[in-house]
Amino acid sequence: MIFTFFVYSISLFAKEIVIEPGEDAQERLQEAMILMSEGDTLLIKAGYYNFEDGLSLDVNGVMVIGEGMDKTILDFKNQQSGAQGLLVTSDEVTLKDFAILDAKGDALKVIGAKGINMINLKTEWTGGPKSTNGAYGFYPVESEDVLIDGCVAIGASDAGIYVGQSKNIIVRNSTAQYNVAGIEIENSYYADVYNNLASHNTGGILIFDLPDLPQQGGHHIRVFENRSIDNDTDNFAPEGNIVGEVPRGTGIIIMANSDVEVFNNLMSGNGTVNLSIVSYSDETDDPNYYPHPKRIQVHSNTYGPGGFDPDINTGDLAKTLFEISNGNMPDIFWDGVAPLSQMIFGQPDDEKLIINEDSEVSFLTISAVKYMMGFSNPIRTNKEEFKGVINPLEPINIDGI
Amino acid sequence: MKKISKFLIVFLLCTNIYAVNNSLITAEAFPDKLSDFSFFKDSSAQIPHDDVVPYELISTLFSDYSYKQRWVYVPKDTKAKYEENWVFDFPEGSALIKTFYYPVDERNPNAGKKLLETRLLLRKAEGWEAVSYAWNNEQNEAFKKVAGKTINVEWTNFMGVERNVRYRVPNVNQCKECHAADDKITPIGPKARNINKDLVFKDGQFNQLVYWMNRQMIDHYPIELNSPVDWTDYNQDINDRVRSYLDINCGHCHSPTGNANSTGLYLHLNETRNIHLGVYKKPVATGRGSGGLKYSIVPGKPEESILLHRMISMDPGVMMPESGRALTHEEAVEMVKDWILLLKD
Repeated sequence: MIFTFFVYSISLFAKEIVIEPGEDAQERLQEAMILMSEGDTLLIKAGYYNFEDGLSLDVNGVMVIGEGMDKTILDFKNQQSGAQGLLVTSDEVTLKDFAILDAKGDALKVIGAKGINMINLKTEWTGGPKSTNGAYGFYPVESEDVLIDGCVAIGASDAGIYVGQSKNIIVRNSTAQYNVAGIEIENSYYADVYNNLASHNTGGILIFDLPDLPQQGGHHIRVFENRSIDNDTDNFAPEGNIVGEVPRGTGIIIMANSDVEVFNNLMSGNGTVNLSIVSYSDETDDPNYYPHPKRIQVHSNTYGPGGFDPDINTGDLAKTLFEISNGNMPDIFWDGVAPLSQMIFGQPDDEKLIINEDSEVSFLTISAVKYMMGFSNPIRTNKEEFKGVINPLEPINIDGI
Repeated sequence: MKKISKFLIVFLLCTNIYAVNNSLITAEAFPDKLSDFSFFKDSSAQIPHDDVVPYELISTLFSDYSYKQRWVYVPKDTKAKYEENWVFDFPEGSALIKTFYYPVDERNPNAGKKLLETRLLLRKAEGWEAVSYAWNNEQNEAFKKVAGKTINVEWTNFMGVERNVRYRVPNVNQCKECHAADDKITPIGPKARNINKDLVFKDGQFNQLVYWMNRQMIDHYPIELNSPVDWTDYNQDINDRVRSYLDINCGHCHSPTGNANSTGLYLHLNETRNIHLGVYKKPVATGRGSGGLKYSIVPGKPEESILLHRMISMDPGVMMPESGRALTHEEAVEMVKDWILLLKD
């Protein structure tokens, strides 16, 4: 009874606004996005829409839906102004069933939203991987309760799906291809990344943390049941960006995060290395930043061919690994860098890297102390030392999802 | 009693004809026409009512070489409160009015001008709201443009060069992109420190803070103010000129409370940490905006500094600021280039 009343009251006040292709579509669509009010739905009918300026949405509690990611096409190749295709700055917004093509900057940027659902959307740069493509396909930042579900991201010169400085995140059932990074979770807390396909990127899935930012100390990230396969696109990121350091053929990288659980994934066909766990290696004076990975748990993953074509010309990772391993690239690599006391005495029990994988999965880490002291054999490859009890991380829950 | 109220109504109606329409400033909806507010005695000539006070900023935001005229309106018997390092806290019913125009020929004031838009920030009960009115071709009325407008403008600059620009009247969301602090709309210009300079008023030349105080528009202002300098004043120290320019052009977004706080690049006047000012700061989510460069600012090397690269660029995916600019501010680029050249490691 209460439920019926609720539905009724919504339908009494909520409007559906319909936009069709044709003359002045940009003005009509932008105006509708400004004038709509809470509870309204904006339906963008199937068709091709050409924009000269970026779009923006700043109304709470609305839905903007198309008629399918291959039917409702928002094309920005003639864009003259605006740093992104679509900018969302409001809360409780659902975007669904449309595509954003060839934006001059980022395709879809969401700043400071509480509650943003991106469902069955596509962002693409249609000219293939190029350094002149926009940086990000999906780019929620400083947001909370972020859902990316059933989306497709192609051709971003940084990351196809990028979640930065956000909290409570689910990225699932999505596809990222021909980007520099397929999926990247950066400086974020509480994320589930699962059942995604990341292929033909430079690197498939990146879990990063960087210094000198308002939100850092990324933690509690679960990466599971993904396929990070055949990431074989040369790095085409413009120099200066952190992903510019990612070598072609990287499956999953965990950098400087805490409490990351990587399980039940398929990593295969990644020519440099399927899985890397590394510290932030550049200098920083940020006293609040912890540059090392901590409490990383890796288990029950499947590893296909990897390390067969290391990209030693991009960044330091592949080159270092290639040299130390004499070309025998492992399935899993940990750089072994930790605070000095830990490099001498080992990681404390409650911060340990745990690896529970099948016996045929190869592993390599550097004994940093031996390395620094010039020992001839500073590497360790016995992953049995890293076996341990898995403490599963809590799943992420977003209200109403 | 009845007589009095009748008298009152007649009185109010009369004053409304000659003065600013207070109720429209605080009304929920924006009127369709700028003239409804009655800010101006003569709209076309942009002559304001007596209680609409002109003001100027020491350094201003670059908007494609357009000219700007600013006015402030504070309702009678109310005062704006001084806030340290922030804009005055204006009372409900206040309005900030800014008209954008191009002279037909910068060398010849008699050649006339083309009014483009008048932007309003209106202080309602809940807070500020922003809206813009675009002037018609007849230049006798400006109409509300919620979704913005594109105007192709031509003018002759002070060197006699014909210039043109695809000028964008911002939509209300774009207003907020810059005018937001902690997710609320806020004015940017009228901080005490920014108006601490002389201006010629109808009744003489005064420091604007003194003038506002005398008119009882503000409650107080401090004796000591860390004011910016006029960046076009070549007698000033170049570091002060650049920091003043960056403050008013970038600092509203690039500050810990602004829209670009996630970048960690802070360019407001009070930032003192080199890394956050961009010195050897790596980009975070810059993408191709970096132009293949590694740091925001490399001391001594303007050509390797992303900050300058993005000031020069006219590509929407690269340029800074993200909106409100379609042309390169050549004079400012020269200044920032010189400044970076002089910076030491």
